[in-house]
This record gives sequence, structure tokens and C-alpha cells, in this order.
Amino acid sequence: MAIFSVRNVQIAGVSACVPKNKVSNLDYDWITLKERKLLIKTTGIAHRRIVPKGVCTSDLCLLAAGKLLQELHWQPQDIDLIIFVSQTPDYILPATAIILQNRLGLSKNTLAFDINLGCSGYVYGLSVVANLLQGGQMKKALLLVGDTSSVGTSPRDKSTTPLFGDAGSCTALEYCDLPNTTTFYNLQSDGTGQNAIIIEDGAYRNPIDEHYTFAYQEHQPGIIRNGQNLALEGMDIFNFTLREVAPNIRQLLAHFQKNLSTIDYFLFHQANLLMNESVRKKLKIPKEKVPYSLKDFGNTSSASIPLTMVTQLQTQLTQQKLSLLLTGFGVGLSWGSCLLQTDQIACPDLVEV
Amino acid sequence: MQLTELVQKIAEEFEDTPKEQITAITKLKDLEEWSSMHALIIIALIDNHYDIILTGEEMIDAQTPTDIYNIILQKQANK
Repeated sequence: MAIFSVRNVQIAGVSACVPKNKVSNLDYDWITLKERKLLIKTTGIAHRRIVPKGVCTSDLCLLAAGKLLQELHWQPQDIDLIIFVSQTPDYILPATAIILQNRLGLSKNTLAFDINLGCSGYVYGLSVVANLLQGGQMKKALLLVGDTSSVGTSPRDKSTTPLFGDAGSCTALEYCDLPNTTTFYNLQSDGTGQNAIIIEDGAYRNPIDEHYTFAYQEHQPGIIRNGQNLALEGMDIFNFTLREVAPNIRQLLAHFQKNLSTIDYFLFHQANLLMNESVRKKLKIPKEKVPYSLKDFGNTSSASIPLTMVTQLQTQLTQQKLSLLLTGFGVGLSWGSCLLQTDQIACPDLVEV
Repeated sequence: MQLTELVQKIAEEFEDTPKEQITAITKLKDLEEWSSMHALIIIALIDNHYDIILTGEEMIDAQTPTDIYNIILQKQANK
């Protein structure tokens, strides 16, 4: 059972970067105007930021990292490890974290690797970094997390295109031998749901070889895509989220004897409003404790939690001591929660490129 | 849980369809206003009011409010 705590690690700062290019779901003319309005109302997603051709997740993360390092006055040679969490890497290989080690000017004594996770990735990434730092021999880490999901969606797929936005983030973590630096995790997986969100072709199960066809297929009315596009079974994801997320949070809190009412903010992966609000109501969390970045940025996959921190909680994060519960859930299926405290961390303005 | 109550709750989720047009035997997907978004809205509604989570498959198979009602009853019995 992956319920555990990690001592002596704290977040020093968090930053995020999005493309300037803004699209409105009101203009998504693959569906009728009436459908668009219902979609915006139900999902809560009005606008999304979309990368121009050629811009990768790593580019967004790099800019977020640069800004944060500057704000923290951390030098590249101070960094002991860098982890990149994403499902939109630069290449199938090598790992993007290693490319970023070079681009950020980090030393060759840096540990670097990728984690292939989406919606749950931020929480998983935090747990890995915290575990690597807790011994106190490595002191400073960068966790770069993000996705450019828009690149893989078919414009003629109403079940994916209007949901996803692009974003990158950087979280700086450090070893810290002070009280209130324990973080708590409950991480879960269910591979029976592997097809609920999937890009089927282009890796090694279904490689693109000389026999491969890029043919588009109509799967349902309004859903035309090929095997390299992101496919999403909305109702299955909905069922999964309603079933698993609230119990995961309750189990974490019960295991460590923590009280839900002492938590200042709940940062949910920004999936869609109807789904997230259903989870919030199940847990009887007051509305004001659950910030959303969905409206302006859509579902930004692994970046959604840090992006929500930067865009919705900047003042609180920089000026106050906070108890936060972070919960990611989705593709895998993979989900998990993390309870942590922050104390006046660095949180520079959102970077737009 | 009453069937009439469920029908009423489902009818409230359709803004443009007159309430009296939605009955226990209305094929919801034949309504002019129906969109795939309504399937999600109904799953959330059933979860919120009856604490029953419908699967995607159940929602695809269910045609009428009566079908949904029967699934809820069956799932409540198996709980």
C-alpha cells in the first residue's frame, strides 16, 4: 500500500508558464453554438492556451524554471537533481530531463530522469523528489511538470479538443531540517482502465512502420481521430473519478489522523468543473477552499495543480503559511493525494510566451 | 426514491425541452436538445442525489428515465 510520509523536505517555490496564444471554446465551430455553450457551462472551460507549432513542454518548463531560479537566487550548480514529469516529451528517447539539465546549465553531477504520468503526475513527482531529498545528502531539486496535450488532440474530436490546454511548471524543493516539513502521500493505480485515456499508436505496441496508415476514423458523431490522437472515454473517466478520488483523500487523512477542516486549500487536478464539483460536494469542502484555473486554461494535464497555485493562490502562497491538499487523477488510471505545508514560498507571476 | 422524482430531476437538466415532454418512457437520446454532455450531467446528478455511480456502459445502454431508475434500484440492492 503506497500510503507514506516523507520528512524534512519543503517547497521553496513554484512557477508556471503558458503560451500567449489564447483560444476560446465559444469559437470551436466543430460543434453547434448551443453545444459550445453547454460545454463551457458543464466543463467550466471557456479559454485555453495553445502552443504554436514547434514549441514543446520542455520549452515552457524551461522558462518557468528560469524565472523561479532567479526569484530564489538559486545558482545552477546548487541543483542536485532534476525530474521532468510529462507525457509530451521532446523525443521518445533520450529523456527530456537530461536535455533540460544541459539547457538550464546544471552541473554534470545532477541526477536527471523522466516520469511518464499525466493528470496524477505532479503528486507522484513530489513524492519521488521528496524521497530522494529526505536523506539530506542531496539538498536542492527542480521538479519540472507539464504537458502540451493540444498537439495530440484531433481538432475534429469534440471529446478532447475543447478540454485541453498547454502549460509547463517548475517547483523547487529543498532538504530542510525544520518542523512542519513532513509531506504525506496516498498513491494508487488501476491498469484495468488503460484504455480510458490513450494515444494508441506511435510507440512500440503499435509502431509507425511502413505499413502504418494515418487514416482518420469516425468513432462517434463528432469524434473523428486517428491512432496518433488522444482518445478519451469521458464517461469512464467520470465514473472513475466519482468512485476513487474522495475515498483516496479520506484514506490519507484517516491514516495520518489529519482533519479535513484544518486544510486551507484543496488543489484538484483541473479535469472539468462538473466532475471536480461532484468530488468537492462528496467531501463537503467549502467552495472557497477549492480554487480553479479551468476557466482560463482548461485541463492542463500534469501542470494543472502548479498552474492553479500560481494563477489562483499567488498572494496566499507568498504571504502566508498554508496547509494544502493536492490531488491528481486520470490517465493510467493513476491517482494520488499529497498533504503538505508551505510557508511564504516564492511564486513569481505567470510567465506567458 | 420515486420514479416521478427522478424523471423530474432529469427533466430539469434540459433547458430548452418543455418539462412535460420528458416522461418515464422518453428516449432521452432522441430529444432534440440531447448532447453527449447530458450523459455526464446525468451521471453527476444520480451520484449527487442517490449516491450511485453509473458506468459509461450503463449510461450508453439506458434509453429512458425508467431504464436509469431500474439500474439505480439494482445497484442500491447490491450495495
